[in-house]
Amino acid sequence: MAVKVIIPTPLRAYTGKQESVEVQAATVGEALAALTGKFAELKKHLYSEDGRLRSFVNVYVNDEDIRYLQKDQTAVREGDTVSIVPSIAGGAHKRAS
Amino acid sequence: MATKAEIPAGQATTKTAATLSKAEVMRYSRHLIMPEVGMEGQLKIKQAKVLCIGTGGLGAPLGLYLAAAGVGRIGLVDFDVVDTTNLQRQVLFGTSDVGRPKTEAAAERLRNLNPEIRIDTYETQLTSANALELFKDYDIIVDGTDNFPTRYLVNDACVITGKPNVYGSIFRFEGQITVFGYPGGPCYRCLYPEPPPPGLVPSCAEGGVLGVLPGIVGTIQAAETLKLIIGKGEPLVGRLLLFDALAMKFRELKLRKNPECPVCGEHPTVTKLIDYAEFCGVRGEEGPTTVTNVPEITPKELKARLDRGDDIYVLDVREPNEYQICNINGHLIPLGELSRRVHELDSSREIVAHCKSGKRSAEAVEFLRGAGFRKISSLKGGILAWSDQVDPTVPKY
Repeated sequence: MAVKVIIPTPLRAYTGKQESVEVQAATVGEALAALTGKFAELKKHLYSEDGRLRSFVNVYVNDEDIRYLQKDQTAVREGDTVSIVPSIAGGAHKRAS
Repeated sequence: MATKAEIPAGQATTKTAATLSKAEVMRYSRHLIMPEVGMEGQLKIKQAKVLCIGTGGLGAPLGLYLAAAGVGRIGLVDFDVVDTTNLQRQVLFGTSDVGRPKTEAAAERLRNLNPEIRIDTYETQLTSANALELFKDYDIIVDGTDNFPTRYLVNDACVITGKPNVYGSIFRFEGQITVFGYPGGPCYRCLYPEPPPPGLVPSCAEGGVLGVLPGIVGTIQAAETLKLIIGKGEPLVGRLLLFDALAMKFRELKLRKNPECPVCGEHPTVTKLIDYAEFCGVRGEEGPTTVTNVPEITPKELKARLDRGDDIYVLDVREPNEYQICNINGHLIPLGELSRRVHELDSSREIVAHCKSGKRSAEAVEFLRGAGFRKISSLKGGILAWSDQVDPTVPKY
């Protein structure tokens, strides 16, 4: 099944600036594995060392949070959109470093 | 979830029946003639008390629109002073405000916009020690801060005090907006139980923000705040609005209240404010902890050695757009590309890595030492220090 994975701005640095990536997958877990297979550097930003999705990264299938579906076992269908939504904190001012 | 707009208990509708003066009727006439606001709504707005955390990019449009709309009492919390780099997006301030405390400059601007309302300023950092006391006097809290510790603090204090938290955050071209802490609705921790570890936060290299983006996001926060006050429409509760200014697209995701949420769940484990800097793994407001104890070279030393003709390979690990702003003829390999371009470097040569202020180059040096490079050091203070100590014609940014 071809699904579109939408890459958020902070992670586009690891996908060659691509805003979305099309992958073949039957579940969310497979979609993310296909994605990190393509872009290895993305992996540590999505998963902790024990292989779990990081708690500041949420994944949605269409508009539903997979934590309330079947997590990475959540099935995806042709044409579904998988969104990676990390927490961002910007707002008042950016401190240079 | 039920998202019928209602004013959370204890808000806006206070005992004394307020009225509008003749001048106020004139000022708010475009609200008054609209049935969704009308006299009833405008009086609610007049009696409302809104606390804005941060008077920066998000706080600027927010403060302006809330003041213009006639929110009776606006509190402004910020400890910062106006800086030239703020003016690109913080439209509350003018060039003559540079160097002034933000709360002072903001209050002056808002009082000029609307003398009918009360502006209270708190020139202080929001902390676990003062948050509950500050929130006590307000109905709605609007989060326009720029860092994870304050975001978690605002969230937890809102849940503890039962106040809605109108949330907005931005990154480059992208914004996230929602209302947390609404009765029955989710909180920030339902969405993100924990902050990212400092090392994985996108670095300042990838930072920056399109100036108009906080204008759009802050204005949406203002609209949601006014809707909560007047109790009309569908509040942005249980929905996360994502905005991408580059694609010019809005998307909406469902937010659910997490029954296992440590703050607002069925069995909360966080029942009072904690040390948020520790929780987020950062020290104070300095942001991510930096790599320390890598070999460093001062700008003066580097200059002297280059002038002497020493064979030193200057490695610039900033981004190409930063290189365009200013450079010291270094070889550009952005930090993010270093691991796959490491073969371009010759480990037998002496290398000095530099970035803007020394943080990324320290990371680069640490990485390269791990990869077997020995003759390598980081330029202390980065190109900013180079500008200060060696060549003042190099612009600072």
